[in-house]
Amino acid sequence: MSLVQHVDGLALAPPTALALTAAAVLVVDLLVRRRRVELAVGIGLLGTAVALVFVAVLARGEPRATFCLTAHACSYEADGFALALQGLVLLALAVVLPLLTGALRDHRLPPGEAVFLLLSSATGAMVMAAGRDVITLVVALELVSLPTFVLVGLRPGDPRSAEAALKAFLIGVVSTALTLYGASLLYGVTGSLHLDLIAEGLSAHRHDPLAAAAVVLVVAGFGFKVAAVPFHFWVPDAYSGAPLPVAAYLAVVSKAAGFAGLLLLLLRGLAPYVGTWGPVLGVLAALTMSLGNLLALRQRTVIRLLAWSSVAQAGYMLVPLALHADAGRKQMQEASTATLGYLGFYAAMTLGAFAAASVLARSHGALTIEASRGLVRVAPWTAGVLVLSLASLAGLPPGVGGLVAKVVVLRSAVDAGYTWLAVVMAVNTVIALAYYLRWAVVALSPGAATERPFPPARAAVGAALVAGAATVVVSVVPQLVMRAAAGGALG
Amino acid sequence: MSGSWALPVILALPLAGALLLLLLPEVGDAIAHVVGLVVTGSVVVGVLALFGSFDIGRAGRPQLELDGDWIPAIGVRFHLGVDGISLPLVGLAALLFLLCMVHLLRHMPEPVRPRALIGLLLLLETGVLATFMALDLIVFFIAFEVVLLPMYFVIALWGGERRQHAATKFILFTLLGSVVMLVGFLVVGTHAGTFDLVELAGRRGAGMPRGVQDAAAALMILGLAVKTPVWPLHTWLPDAHTEAPTVGSVLLAGVLLKMGTYGLVRLVLPVVPQGAHDLAPALAGFAVIGIVWGSLVCLVQRDMKRLIAYSSVGHMGFVVLGIASLTTIGVQAALLANIAHGLITGLLFFLVGALKERHHSSEIAVVGEGMLGQTPYLGSLLVFAGVASLGLPGLAGFWGEALALFGAWRPAGGLPAVWFQLLVCLACLGAIITAAYFLDLLRRTAFGPVPSARRLRPVGEARVSELVAWTPLVVATVVIGLYPRIVLGLGEAAVRGVLGVSA
Repeated sequence: MSLVQHVDGLALAPPTALALTAAAVLVVDLLVRRRRVELAVGIGLLGTAVALVFVAVLARGEPRATFCLTAHACSYEADGFALALQGLVLLALAVVLPLLTGALRDHRLPPGEAVFLLLSSATGAMVMAAGRDVITLVVALELVSLPTFVLVGLRPGDPRSAEAALKAFLIGVVSTALTLYGASLLYGVTGSLHLDLIAEGLSAHRHDPLAAAAVVLVVAGFGFKVAAVPFHFWVPDAYSGAPLPVAAYLAVVSKAAGFAGLLLLLLRGLAPYVGTWGPVLGVLAALTMSLGNLLALRQRTVIRLLAWSSVAQAGYMLVPLALHADAGRKQMQEASTATLGYLGFYAAMTLGAFAAASVLARSHGALTIEASRGLVRVAPWTAGVLVLSLASLAGLPPGVGGLVAKVVVLRSAVDAGYTWLAVVMAVNTVIALAYYLRWAVVALSPGAATERPFPPARAAVGAALVAGAATVVVSVVPQLVMRAAAGGALG
Repeated sequence: MSGSWALPVILALPLAGALLLLLLPEVGDAIAHVVGLVVTGSVVVGVLALFGSFDIGRAGRPQLELDGDWIPAIGVRFHLGVDGISLPLVGLAALLFLLCMVHLLRHMPEPVRPRALIGLLLLLETGVLATFMALDLIVFFIAFEVVLLPMYFVIALWGGERRQHAATKFILFTLLGSVVMLVGFLVVGTHAGTFDLVELAGRRGAGMPRGVQDAAAALMILGLAVKTPVWPLHTWLPDAHTEAPTVGSVLLAGVLLKMGTYGLVRLVLPVVPQGAHDLAPALAGFAVIGIVWGSLVCLVQRDMKRLIAYSSVGHMGFVVLGIASLTTIGVQAALLANIAHGLITGLLFFLVGALKERHHSSEIAVVGEGMLGQTPYLGSLLVFAGVASLGLPGLAGFWGEALALFGAWRPAGGLPAVWFQLLVCLACLGAIITAAYFLDLLRRTAFGPVPSARRLRPVGEARVSELVAWTPLVVATVVIGLYPRIVLGLGEAAVRGVLGVSA
């Protein structure tokens, strides 16, 4: 074994580009004192575009891997799975960054720092998608999480913001500790940190209680990130305490990172213990969607409704991971395809809803659902995006993308023999429709003369239209998402 | 994609019209009516062309097919086609949408937002037509769902006093039904490895064990029974029909309910024949309870709109009973009764809408006696629609229900004949009560002397615009009543195919 590792720069290019952009934003913000918001967001968008080009280049070629211990155990792989998720993260950033301009101005947030933190966290998400050993995954998890704690607490002088940040931080730290503990147990049992080697080692220790405990601990750690019940308590507070674009980031990018880690760990590292974690995840999925939807029903503010809805949606995305002990390689591939596919549709429609909420927050001041009455008159296109996004989240045409996503997930549950879970999910979609629809009706109803403290921010309207267009595209050609998801199948 | 583009072109017309009206605020309300009429008119022309190019000799096979990959990752194909079962329903839907547009020219419900209302109706038409054309389970499901939001908004924005409640109940009930149905589809897809209806119908359940077929059939029937609706899943219907504006009620009764019964014939019978066979006695039982229950409730209704809504529960009970007999004659009768109910109940809702507009209420007591004396056109049309609905021989309503009973008297082999004969007796009782309440309705509205108060404040007679919208329904009711073979002949070969009976 050579002491000097060969490092494949191209494989690492997407996260590297993003990390360098983050640093550049910070430096430029220190040096240039004029038009700081535009500059920071502009550089951020440029870096995102460059990283996206690298992802596209990598996607055209053969899968690459680097930081290899042996030829078969590399710590970083730019395969279909990694590239699909990296593309998702970057596309989401392209919507979140313009959204951020309004929030940076309205709340007088430090632009350089905010964009830096956002890009750093996104870099973590990109590494998470490509990490193939437990240490890389845990470091990536930290890199995703730590900047978000600061971002959540970014609103100066707002005690709720500070409380939300503290809550998220404490729960986040505890869950990372659990993951680390689980990882150390895994190392103890298998003598390895690399996912594939862990899988080999676990195949030899089929019924080891220590390994089973490790599985549970690791799942708990990532359950925090994806906001699965019972690790969801931080979500509503964090979302409503954070600036709206940051909440959008948490709901999409940070959740995608959590799912990336969860899928990698379960389907590659812990695959031999599918009999242990499969049924547990089935129960978690059912609890998560039911609790999320039931509590979303009671919400009166837009942001808390979206928060609970994102909990419920995480439940849907967990459904494909409910597998029986006899699940083979093909079923694992289908499970990862289904979860990844749902994530793709979810990203488009959730960003649309958050972007519309950002427009709403500016033009209507308050953020209660009732405040969106008459949105169709004030900002007809934004109202259109909002209704389309809500229909997609509910899984009803015209949001065909969301409907296909539901079909994909339900199909994998039925395929895996979890018909009861499919029925629970069916009931849940009906509950969910009630609150999505209530909001959509309010937005479409002709309102009383609404107060308009600010005109809608142009950047936010633009971001909403981009997300809306993406939702339309994935509704007409769902295969775009499903092909990327199938190309990134694990197992 | 391979095949004929005729069907997608017909689907694209209302979709394009809907997008034009809903997305472009600059397109004024003024041209909304023109767009609505031109689009639904072109659809009717297109459907007539379909009838023209349809090969009746091959009516048992889907024709004018279009087949291509849509979401290959989950095995979903964009597969459309029409056969002898779906073509009459496509025709019925196209006709009713055009008549609704004609009706809207002069009768725009409050609040007046023609662009939104017509746009939503065109979206609804897209979904309805696509449902009848779909030959892939998932495409069928998506089309089935397309109608939900437009109909929800039609009820919620233009409905009566309790519109919000009615609209919410409608969409939550039907969504629950359709998602349960989807789970049934997925069970089929998992075991058969395909969602293609032609392929599945060709296999007739081969390779699916009995337990799987029973589970899939139960889920699918449960879902479709909400839409149809079958007692006891019908409770959304009276509210939705009563609160909806006239065009909403017409389309709900005339077209949307048919999607449920069409699904039973198109999906359940050929795809999971064993499951359908096992569940048929129970389904027939619920259908007959619906017939009797619906007619009993109608006896005590004071509101005409609600009465017609409940009468639909009874009529759809006959349709489901015919299907559950699993005989060629029963299923054919069901399809005929489907069409007849669409025409007659559509006409009834138009008439009640006209009365409601004139009296600002659809209470029987408010409408009052003596319609024939004061407004002979309105009155005689109501009498015509009433006796057609109660099943007067010679009109469209008679054949479907009579033949459904006939089919159920001798159900398919293996079904408990005694049970079905008992049910037929009960259904006959329901038919008698149906005649009773319709005649009572006519006695209390059409006949009798004109009340003195009404003489002072005369009620408007039917206008030309109304008569234009209603006449095609009257003509079709008479024509099908006299020549039921038009529909029966078209469907026969396809029904044999669905039941797996050789000719």
